[in-house]
Amino acid sequence: MEAKVANDWRLRGQRYRLEGEVCDHCGVAIFPPRDICPACNKPAKTPVPLSGRGEVYTFSTIYSAPEGFEPYTPYTVALVKLEEGPVVTAQLTDVAPNDVRIGMPVEMVTRRLRTHGEDGTIVYGYKFRPSVRM
Amino acid sequence: MRDVAIIGVGQTPVDEHWTVGIRHLMLEAGLAALRDANIETVDAVYVGNMLSGEIAGQSHLGALAVDFMALNGAEAFKVEAACASGSAALRVGYMAVGSGLVDIVMVLGVEKMTDTSGRETTAALAAAADAEYEVSQGISFVALNALLMQRYMHEFGWKREDFAQFPVIAHANGAHNPHAMFQSPISAEAYARAPMIATPVGLLDASPVCDGAAAVVLAPAEFARTLNPAPVKIRASAIGMAPLAVHDRKDPLRLEAAIASSRKAYRQAEIGPDDLDFFELHDAFTIMAALSLEAAGFAERGKGVQLALDGEIAPQGRIPIATMGGLKARGHPVGATGIYQVVESVLQLRGLAGPNQIPDVRLGMTQNIGGSGATVITHILERMT
Repeated sequence: MEAKVANDWRLRGQRYRLEGEVCDHCGVAIFPPRDICPACNKPAKTPVPLSGRGEVYTFSTIYSAPEGFEPYTPYTVALVKLEEGPVVTAQLTDVAPNDVRIGMPVEMVTRRLRTHGEDGTIVYGYKFRPSVRM
Repeated sequence: MRDVAIIGVGQTPVDEHWTVGIRHLMLEAGLAALRDANIETVDAVYVGNMLSGEIAGQSHLGALAVDFMALNGAEAFKVEAACASGSAALRVGYMAVGSGLVDIVMVLGVEKMTDTSGRETTAALAAAADAEYEVSQGISFVALNALLMQRYMHEFGWKREDFAQFPVIAHANGAHNPHAMFQSPISAEAYARAPMIATPVGLLDASPVCDGAAAVVLAPAEFARTLNPAPVKIRASAIGMAPLAVHDRKDPLRLEAAIASSRKAYRQAEIGPDDLDFFELHDAFTIMAALSLEAAGFAERGKGVQLALDGEIAPQGRIPIATMGGLKARGHPVGATGIYQVVESVLQLRGLAGPNQIPDVRLGMTQNIGGSGATVITHILERMT
């Protein structure tokens, strides 16, 4: 897959700051941003950075990866339920696959997601590691 | 609306078709369906396909199909809904004939997945998920299903080996289907030993990458019998939708789209799950078979696996599934799968399913899932007596 520079740039707020939205009508936190509140269907465009703290809802260790991610196998992906409510799909890092448990507290860190070859861009974004902050 | 019937079916074997391209797959299945319907041309062709642009560099399949089948004068276009593309095309055909706008329609499902390397095909398939918030994280389509399976095992206390009967029964059925990709049985031990693709999904939890094409011909039911002595009526055609990404679903273990799609279909056909003689569900992964059985009303939440353990999904069981091998053993050429399900159901309802024939069948249901459950399309078919 080719690098999509403009697309990566557009997503910088989400990738680097976990920037979501909060609904001005019902107060629900939203990630990824969708500008319409999934709870009350009203406009929700107020940006808000999320805490990055949450817990593992489910996970899987990938042995057979899509093109572009093969150098990283095996790696573990998870659905992380953030304390504010939204669920994020992300890789886990700094943890051995066998040590991952459902319910494990995790926190967001910024890591390299992938590269696009020698001359291409390096894509950075959020991953989650076992919580070290209390 | 007028009633719509299926008057002809055709299919290629599902396989790694190194010697033929996408146009010849369409040609073989399409001509077989015309022969079966005993007609020479149609008014329209709707093609279900997901990956032709990505893998063959060939979009515009509608034009290619009518051109190569020499169906001059027929209108044609492609319909895409990820792995549910075939059933989406069937629904378009159903609406076209049912509305009275078109009389005779061919619906083709086709997919050619083996011309690229496994990692390229894996990446192309991942496009069924959310590109910006799932795929960008390195998730594969298999891994999305693995996330669901892991959570299901955690919440309901199942072990991985409890899922073994899904592929064991599918392969036992595929062994008698000359069009199936896999025609040999497998054991529960082989299932347990299979290498992991994305934990806890192993090789024998997953349907294979493959090529194939299948076709049906639709006509108004009122004159279907003048064209074919054993037409099959479409009693229901229904779509349910859910959020594209798994992380945006309130309860990922409830297939909301499958629940909505099944309920709409039962209401249209004025039947319930107990009236069905068989159910061609979307067993792309063992977890999807379990969740589909629950969504369609055959098992309580968290109990779909029990039907497999009890053998209730086998040909002699309460609700036979994957009667010709299902996605697991017949194969899952993604955009063609929905049409294979319907072709096999028509063979069952006509009594032409060979050693896999379910006795005394009248009503069957097909259910085709797009992505990890965002689009679910259900059809209920009935033998016209």
